[in-house]
Amino acid sequence: MMTNNALPLPKASGRDAPNLRELYARYGILAALLAVCVALSFANEFFMTWGNWADILRQTSINGILAVGMTYVVLTGGIDLSVGAILAFSGIVSAWLVASGGAYGVGTSVLAGLGVGLSMGAVNGLLIARFSVPPFVATLGMLSAARGFTYIFNDGMPVSDLPPAFLAIGDARIGGVPLPILIFAAVIGVFWFVLRYTIYGRYIYAVGGNVKSAKTSGIGTRKVVFAVYAVSGLLAGLAGILLAARTTAALPQAGVSYELDAIAAVVIGGTSLSGGTGSLTGTLLGALLIGVINNGLNLLGVSSYYQQVIKGVIIVGAVLLDTSRKKNT
Amino acid sequence: MNAPLLQAEGVAKRFGGVPALTDGRLRLERGSVHALCGGNGAGKSTFLNILMGILRRDSGSIRVRGEPVAFEGPDDALRARISIITQELSPIPGMTVAENIYLGREPRRLGVVVDYAHLYAITGQLMNRLGFDIDPRAPMHRLSLAQTQLVEIAKAFSHDSEIIIMDEPTSAIGERETEVLFDAIRSLTAHGAGIVYVSHRLSEIFRIADRYTVFRDGGFVESGLLGDIDRNHLVGSIVGRTLKPTEKARRAPGAPVLQTTALGRRGEFSDISLTVHKNEVLGIYGLMGAGRSEFLNCIYGLSRPHDGEIRLRGKKLAAGSPSRSIAAGLSLVTEDRKETGLVLSSSIAMNIALSAYRRMNTLSLVHRGEARRLVTQMVERMRMKTRSTELPVASMSGGNQQKVVLARCFSTAPLCLMCDEPTRGIDEGAKQEVYRLLDEFAQAGGALLLVSSEAQEVLDVSDRIAIFKAGRLVDVVDAGQATQEQLLHLAS
Repeated sequence: MMTNNALPLPKASGRDAPNLRELYARYGILAALLAVCVALSFANEFFMTWGNWADILRQTSINGILAVGMTYVVLTGGIDLSVGAILAFSGIVSAWLVASGGAYGVGTSVLAGLGVGLSMGAVNGLLIARFSVPPFVATLGMLSAARGFTYIFNDGMPVSDLPPAFLAIGDARIGGVPLPILIFAAVIGVFWFVLRYTIYGRYIYAVGGNVKSAKTSGIGTRKVVFAVYAVSGLLAGLAGILLAARTTAALPQAGVSYELDAIAAVVIGGTSLSGGTGSLTGTLLGALLIGVINNGLNLLGVSSYYQQVIKGVIIVGAVLLDTSRKKNT
Repeated sequence: MNAPLLQAEGVAKRFGGVPALTDGRLRLERGSVHALCGGNGAGKSTFLNILMGILRRDSGSIRVRGEPVAFEGPDDALRARISIITQELSPIPGMTVAENIYLGREPRRLGVVVDYAHLYAITGQLMNRLGFDIDPRAPMHRLSLAQTQLVEIAKAFSHDSEIIIMDEPTSAIGERETEVLFDAIRSLTAHGAGIVYVSHRLSEIFRIADRYTVFRDGGFVESGLLGDIDRNHLVGSIVGRTLKPTEKARRAPGAPVLQTTALGRRGEFSDISLTVHKNEVLGIYGLMGAGRSEFLNCIYGLSRPHDGEIRLRGKKLAAGSPSRSIAAGLSLVTEDRKETGLVLSSSIAMNIALSAYRRMNTLSLVHRGEARRLVTQMVERMRMKTRSTELPVASMSGGNQQKVVLARCFSTAPLCLMCDEPTRGIDEGAKQEVYRLLDEFAQAGGALLLVSSEAQEVLDVSDRIAIFKAGRLVDVVDAGQATQEQLLHLAS
């Protein structure tokens, strides 16, 4: 069609009055998080204590790290279903090297765990960017394969008896703050910076917004797509090591359906599943909201069956609000 | 029955205050093939959409067999025995030919079970009657583009319509299929049906149609028997003026910049050798499907050539890589700024700087000051109207969006700029601005390759004009001496 359906220029007069709608669009998720926190602090005296918040953050750090990688993937318009399985495989390889494998130090085993995550992510990236396999299919295949490898690797047995130096990754404190929380903070910081201040970050938005235009503009779109899946795998590897260290064992069934929580955090955080728009700040808030609600429902003694229902309602509700918000503006 | 099959008078339609059609008129008699002619923006599409009930008219009257009608949707039109064949094909690839034709109207048993035997039998009869050699049981995805178009035609005929509107029915089919189609049309009109025939191919119009109506700038111009006029009269009426060449600053072309030698891509274009020089605008004119856009896309690296080579300032250009083409000094304004030009969800600033980022970074870290300066400078040079460059580019008008695309192309300082329909869908004021920018580029030593379907635009902007027809280079003419009539003759 030749019709020009672009929106008219916004009027300059709307500038002075603080635009409530814009505020809501930007900070709606933050407001929801604060409201839930206020409500929970009245409902349970224990909620607002340091110890509890350290728990919340430590639990959130695993899902949060996965969600950071997932945000990159979803911004390009893709999806990564394999992060839970990659997490398990990386965790068990890393733990085995440091425990049953015996001779290896913590440094080597951590690097190996990260390497496993990175390579499995790279395979996803290769399938998707080079061979044009749809992301859903490629990562669904990887989900199954990586989980299979995890069981094969140690005959379906967990790896325990981890040395204290490895366990320290999960419970050491620096300045009173647990290490997993610091690692999570560092991951968020680095990936936020990359997304905002580097050309690679610009290209991720461009590829997700319109891959044809990105290509026309001279961007190597395949490289960008490949890299986001490799990065997502790397972060899943990191999360796997943290989880093994925190739970003092690497279980072959670790991380089952973690990919869904990561996707939920991304989506609640306002990143569009079709790509091109969204932010890591939103994902951080989304992951925190999920963590706070899980924690709060536990404190209130709500059964885990009901917790699942409530989480489902929140995910759909957040996106429903988001779409209605976009219709209004 | 003396009333005409279809009579429309004074049909008007506005889109958001902009008139698209001011006075649509058409009188279709039984047994007649009536050609509806007009250039881009003449209002034909709007008029046809109103006839089919896809759009509502603001005013005017439409009578079908003497009865006034006001269609609410395409099914109302179908019920009044009017059907349309459009250029846009919408087959369901996984279904068979017969299933596609009778989609939603399949013969059934017991109300729910599709009676396949009967379905394939009636489809076979339909194909025989039309003389189309297509197996009703063949899956759609096995069919060629031409066969797909024939199925679309058969679908329109299957409704047993008395009025059939054909919008560029031959744009995707070859000579042989066109003959088959014409035979089918003749047999239909012999049985009393009426056809509204829209085509840019004037030679076809003179072969198949008996009457004509011309629209221009949204209004009716004239109507009559084709037997009473000649081709020149029709072209003059479509174009609307006895043309005098506009005054244009003559540029002195310099050294060759872009050269293609026997460039070809199977199924798109073949054996194209063209040269664009410094300080020169080379226009490319042709009808839809002539291979113009495909040619530009191939030079730019969005597709790979099968034959021939491309040289930029004498150096061979790496095929199939837009990123290397940009580095070598090429730039492309694509045909569809929303589909392939802009990242609509991103900001104006990012869209402008997207191609330039790769020279404005250290270890991937964006030089923000430099990027900001580029954007500010481009906004000024392009005279873009916007409150803030951080707004999404989707918030701009079409004309300003087009300037963003141009800004991105200029940001890499290209030696040769290729523009595919650079003024499509933008208003007259923005058009003049785009012309100014293109002219500045050529004056400053750039080589410009311009593709446009508007003959007047090609004549106004270019120094030389290459005419494409069905994927081949027909002729290269001097824009100073060529006329619109001449271009149309050569291209159709």
